[in-house]
Amino acid sequence: MVKPNSSSILAVPFALVLALFFVLPLLLVVVVSFWDYTEYSLIPDLILMNYEELFYGCFDWNEGLCTTFATYLSTFKYVFLTWFLTLGIGFGVALYLVFCVQSLKMQIVLFLVCTIPFWTSNVIRMISWIPLLGRNGIVNTGLMSMGIIDEPIEWLLYSGFSVTLGFVHLYSLFMVVPIFNSMAKIDRSLIEAAKDSGASAWQIITNIIIPLSRSGIMIGSIFVITIVVGDFITIGVLGGQQIASVGKIIYVEMSYLQFPAAAANAVVLVSITLLMVAAMMRIVNVRKEL
Amino acid sequence: MFSKTQTLCLTIFFGCFVVFLYGPVLSIILLAFQGPEGGLTFPMRGVSLHWFEELWRGLGVVDISRGLRRSLFLGILVMIFTVVLSLCAGLAFRKKFRGSGVLFYLTIASLIIPSIAISLGIALQFRLLDETIKWLGQTFEIQWIINDFQTSMGLVASGLGTHLTWTLPFGLLIMFAVFNRFNPSYEEAARDLGATPWQTFWGVVFPLIAPALVGVALFGFTLSYDELARSSQALGSVNTLPLELRGLTTTVTNPSIYALGAVTTGVSFLVIGLSLALFWALRRKTGANR
Repeated sequence: MVKPNSSSILAVPFALVLALFFVLPLLLVVVVSFWDYTEYSLIPDLILMNYEELFYGCFDWNEGLCTTFATYLSTFKYVFLTWFLTLGIGFGVALYLVFCVQSLKMQIVLFLVCTIPFWTSNVIRMISWIPLLGRNGIVNTGLMSMGIIDEPIEWLLYSGFSVTLGFVHLYSLFMVVPIFNSMAKIDRSLIEAAKDSGASAWQIITNIIIPLSRSGIMIGSIFVITIVVGDFITIGVLGGQQIASVGKIIYVEMSYLQFPAAAANAVVLVSITLLMVAAMMRIVNVRKEL
Repeated sequence: MFSKTQTLCLTIFFGCFVVFLYGPVLSIILLAFQGPEGGLTFPMRGVSLHWFEELWRGLGVVDISRGLRRSLFLGILVMIFTVVLSLCAGLAFRKKFRGSGVLFYLTIASLIIPSIAISLGIALQFRLLDETIKWLGQTFEIQWIINDFQTSMGLVASGLGTHLTWTLPFGLLIMFAVFNRFNPSYEEAARDLGATPWQTFWGVVFPLIAPALVGVALFGFTLSYDELARSSQALGSVNTLPLELRGLTTTVTNPSIYALGAVTTGVSFLVIGLSLALFWALRRKTGANR
C-alpha cells in the first residue's frame, strides 16, 4: 500500500503518546523514589530513605511480619482467591459457549451477553452489591425470613468476602474472553477422535481442552492478576476502608503528598508485577495468539 | 462431546453466571425507581421518579451534571484519538519496522502495569511541570504566570494522556486481530488495477475494517467514560463522573445514588447499542463473509 518501510512513520503518534504519558511518568516515579521530601515540597536527592522506611523491620525475624510484608500478604490473598475463582468461572463459561451452544448466532449473542458489563461502570457494579449484602440487604432478610439465621450476618458487606465477590464479579470477564478465544480454535476432529476412542468428557477436558486453551488461560490470568494486585478502589468501596492493600497504601501516601514514599512503594509493586508477568509470558507467546 | 446431564449442568452454570453478572445492577436500577420513602435496600417502597428529580436538583455540593458533561467530553475526545492512533499504528505494524518489538511490549506494559503507579507518575509529571513553569515565571518575571497560573493539569492535558495509556493498548490489540485475519489479495487486486495507495486505503481497506473500527471506538469511549483508577490522581481539581460517584458512595445514603447509577448505566447501554447497530450495518454492507 505504502512504499516499503515508510509506513512505520504511522506508528509515531502512537509511540509518542506512550512515551509522554507512560514511559516518562514511570521513569519519574523511579527517580522520585530516591528523593527527599517535606510536608509541602519535593527535594531532589539520591537517598535510599524511602526504601529503608518501606522495609523497616522487615528483615528482623523476631519482630513478626512488618507492615509492608503483611500488606503484600493481604494483597496476594485477594489476588490468589480472585484468580482461582475467575479461572473456574471463566473456564466453565467458555466451555459452555464453545461446546454446548450449537448455532453460531446464539454463540455470538451469549458471548455479547457476557461482554456487555465490561463496557459499563465499575463503580456502579461495585455499589450494586450494597442492597444485596448489607445488614438489611436482600440476602440477610431472605435468610432471616426463611428462619435459617436469627440475626443479620455481619461479614457479608465491607469484608474480605464482599471484596472477593466484587473482584470476581468485575473481572471474570477477563478470563471468559481469552479462554473462549483459544477454545474456539480447537480442532473439533481431535475431540471426535478422542470420543471415538472411548474418552470420557472429563478425560477430553483434562487431556485436550485444558492443554490447548493454555494460552487463553495465561492471558486471562495475566489480566486478572495485574488488575487485582494494584487495586485500591474495589478494596476501598467494598472493604469499608478496613482492608489493607498495596495500592491503597500508595493512594493514601499520595493524598498526604508523600510522593517519594508512594513512588518507592510503586517501584516495588511494579517490579513484582513485571516479574510475575515475565514468568507467565514464558509459557505463552501473546503476540501469536491474536 | 457432553452427555445430556452434563450439558444441562453447564447450562445452569452459565445461567447462574448471567444472573450473577446482571442481577446486582438490575437491583439498583429497580431501587432507583422507588417512592420518596425508599431506602437503600429492598423491599421497594412505592414506585416513582422521585430520586431522579432529587438527582436533577443536585446532590449536596457535588455538581453531577458537570461531571457527566466532562466525562462525555473526555470520552469522545479519547475515542477519536484511540481510533485514529490505533488505526495508524495498526497499519504500521503490518510490516516489521525498527522498534516494533519494543513498541509492542510497551503497549502490553501499559495495559498491565498497575493503574495506581501510572496515576502517580502522571501526577508527579504535572506537578514537576507546574513547578518548572512557576519557577520560569518568577525568574523571568512573566506576569500572567505569577498572577494566574495554577496548574497545567486538566481534562485535555493529563486526563486525555492518562486515559489513552489505558485505551490505546485495547485499540492496537483489536487492530492486530483484524490485520492478522485480513486478506491482502484485495489490496493487491486494487494495486494491479492501478489504484494509488490512497485510493487503495479508502476504497478497499477502510470499508473492510470499518466494523472493527467501530469496536475500537466503543472501547475507547466506554473505557474512558468509566475510568477511575488511573484518573484518580491525574486530573487535578476537575472530577469526572466516576470520580464523583466514588466520592458519593461514602456521603450519600439515599436512593438518588442508585438513580445516578441508572443514568450512567443508561448512557453506557445507549453507546453499546448504537455501536453494535453500526457494527452490524457496516458488516452487512461489506458482506459478512469476505
